Amino acid sequence: MVDAIETHLLRKVFGDYAAVKGLTLQVMQGEVFGFLGPNGAGKTTSMKMLLGLIAPTSGKASLLGKPIGDREAMRHIGFLPEHFRFQEWLTADEFLLLHGQLLGMKKDDLQQRRNELLERVGLTPFRNKHLRTFSKGMLQRVGLAQALLNRPALVFLDEPTSGLDPVGRRLVRDVIREVRAEGTSVFLNSHLLSEIEVTCDRVAFIQHGEVVRVLELASLSNDQTHVTIRVANLAAESVHGLSQWGREIQTDGEFVHMIIASDTVLPEVTRYLVSQNAEVYSITPNRMSLEDIFIETVGKDGGL
Amino acid sequence: MNAISIIARLTFREAIRRRILLAGLVLGIAFVIIYSVGIHFIFGQITASSAENMPSQMAANIMNAEATNGFLMMGLYAATFLSVAMAALLGADTLAGEINSGTIQTIATKPIRRADVVLGKWLGFAELLGLYVLLMCGGIVLSVFIQTGHTPQNMLVGLALIYAESILIMTITLMFSSAFPALATGGIVFGLYGLAFIGGWIEEFGAALQNDTAIRVGIVTSLINPSEALWKRAVFEMQSPIMNMFWGSPFGSSSVPSPLMIVYALMYLLVVLFITVRIFQSRDL
Repeated sequence: MVDAIETHLLRKVFGDYAAVKGLTLQVMQGEVFGFLGPNGAGKTTSMKMLLGLIAPTSGKASLLGKPIGDREAMRHIGFLPEHFRFQEWLTADEFLLLHGQLLGMKKDDLQQRRNELLERVGLTPFRNKHLRTFSKGMLQRVGLAQALLNRPALVFLDEPTSGLDPVGRRLVRDVIREVRAEGTSVFLNSHLLSEIEVTCDRVAFIQHGEVVRVLELASLSNDQTHVTIRVANLAAESVHGLSQWGREIQTDGEFVHMIIASDTVLPEVTRYLVSQNAEVYSITPNRMSLEDIFIETVGKDGGL
Repeated sequence: MNAISIIARLTFREAIRRRILLAGLVLGIAFVIIYSVGIHFIFGQITASSAENMPSQMAANIMNAEATNGFLMMGLYAATFLSVAMAALLGADTLAGEINSGTIQTIATKPIRRADVVLGKWLGFAELLGLYVLLMCGGIVLSVFIQTGHTPQNMLVGLALIYAESILIMTITLMFSSAFPALATGGIVFGLYGLAFIGGWIEEFGAALQNDTAIRVGIVTSLINPSEALWKRAVFEMQSPIMNMFWGSPFGSSSVPSPLMIVYALMYLLVVLFITVRIFQSRDL
C-alpha cells in the first residue's frame, strides 16, 4: 500500500531564510498524524507545499503515491486552511455546491453529501444563510464540511479547532474519529496538545523546518508512566531495590519519583515497599503528557 | 461543467451579490437618461438655429447631421471612459484580494488548473463588461437614433472596438493583480491608461503639425498600451468625415491607428492574458 504522504528533504527558502529546512516524513494510509512544533517552525509552509500552494525550493514529496500538484490525486484530498476564508456572499449550501463542483462531483452525489455534512456539523438550519452572517465557529464548521465533501482519502486540517468552543472542539474530534474509521488519513496541524493527544496515532515534532522526533502516541501510556510515591521509613537500600521496576529514581524528602515501564507493575511495587517495612501513603501514576514531551523535545524557549 | 465556466459563473454571481452590477446598471441608466434629456434640448436649439442661419435646407441638414454625430461621439467618449474605469475596478482586487485573504487556497487545491482560475475570472469579467458597454454605448446610440434618426457609420465595428478597449484594460488589470496588491494594481493601470491617453494626443498634434518625432512618441506609447489606439480607431470608424478633421481633440483623427495597430492590440491582449496565467501558475499562494 502506498503511503498517504511521503516527503524527502522538502525545503523552502524565502529570500535567505529557510522556512522549511528539509522535511522528511511518512504518513501511512488510515492514520491520524499530528504535526507539532513551536510557532514559526514551518508547519503551515510545509502543509502548503504538500498541497501545491507553495512551490518547494528543493526536495520531493508525494500524496497518495502521486507527485504533489497532481490533479488526479487532488480529487481525493480535502483541505481546511488555517484562518479559513471564504466567499462570504455565498450561502452555506451554495458554498458547498461550489466546492463540490470544483471537485468534479456528480450532481446527485453532491446533493446527498451536502445534506449529510450540513447535518453532521449542525448547520442544516442555516444552510440558506449567507456566510457573512456566520460566527467564527460556524465558519469553521462549514469549512470542515467543505474539506470532507469528496470523502477524501487524505484530509489536511490546519488548526481545525481554533476559534471553536468546547462543543465545537468535541465535534471536530468526533468527526476526525469517524473519518478515520472510514479509512481516511488525517494530517492534523494543531497547537492544542490535548487535542492531538486524544486524536492522533502518531505525531511528528518539527523545529526549524525539520522533523526532530516522531512518536507513537499509543506508546505514551505504556512506557512513559511517571510515578510519585509518598512513603516514610524507607531505607536507602530499599530505594535502590526499586530499580528492578523502574528507572530515573529520585528521592525528595518523603517523595520518591520514578519512571516505570507499565503501570501493571504498581501492585508489585506496593508489596515490595510494604515488605521493606516502609509506610506507604500514596502511589500516584502521572502519565507523561504530550506537553512534557513537547517541552522536552523543542526546549522551554520553543526553539527561538 | 468545466472549471473555467464554474469560476466564470462564480465571478458573475459575485458581482451581482456584492451589488457591483446593480450599482453599475443604476448609474449607467441614470447616465443614459441625463444624456438623452440633454441632447433633446440641445438638438432642438441646433435645428432651430441652423434653419435660421444656413443659406439652404441642404446646408442646414448637413450641419444638423454633423452636430448630431459630434454629440453622439461625445457621449460614447464618456461611456468608454466609464467602461475603462469599471474594467480596472473589477479586476484590481480580484486575484490580489483573494490571495491576500486566503480565499484562493480552498479553490486552488481543488483538482483544477490554476489557468482555469484566471481564465474563468477573465471570462466572467468579460461578460460583465459586455453588459455594461452594451447598456452605456447601446443606450446612447439608441437614444440618438430615436431622437434624430441618426445612426453612426460602421456602428458594430466601432462598438466592438470600444468593448475591446475595456477588455484590454481589464486584462492588464488582472495581470498586475496576479502579482501586486489591489491598490498598487489600480495605480499602475490608471497610470498606463494616462500614458496611452497623453501619447494619443501628442500623436494627434504631431500628425496635424507634421512633426515626425511627436508621431513616433505617440506610436511608442500605443505599443506600450494600445488601449487609446482602439478608441481612436473606433472614432475613425463611427465619426463623419468632416468631424475627423477636427484635430487636437479626443475626436480628431489626423493620425488614424492602422488595422495593423488593431491586430497588434488584440495580440497584446492575448499575450497579457498568457503572462497573467504564467504569473499566477508560478507564484506562492
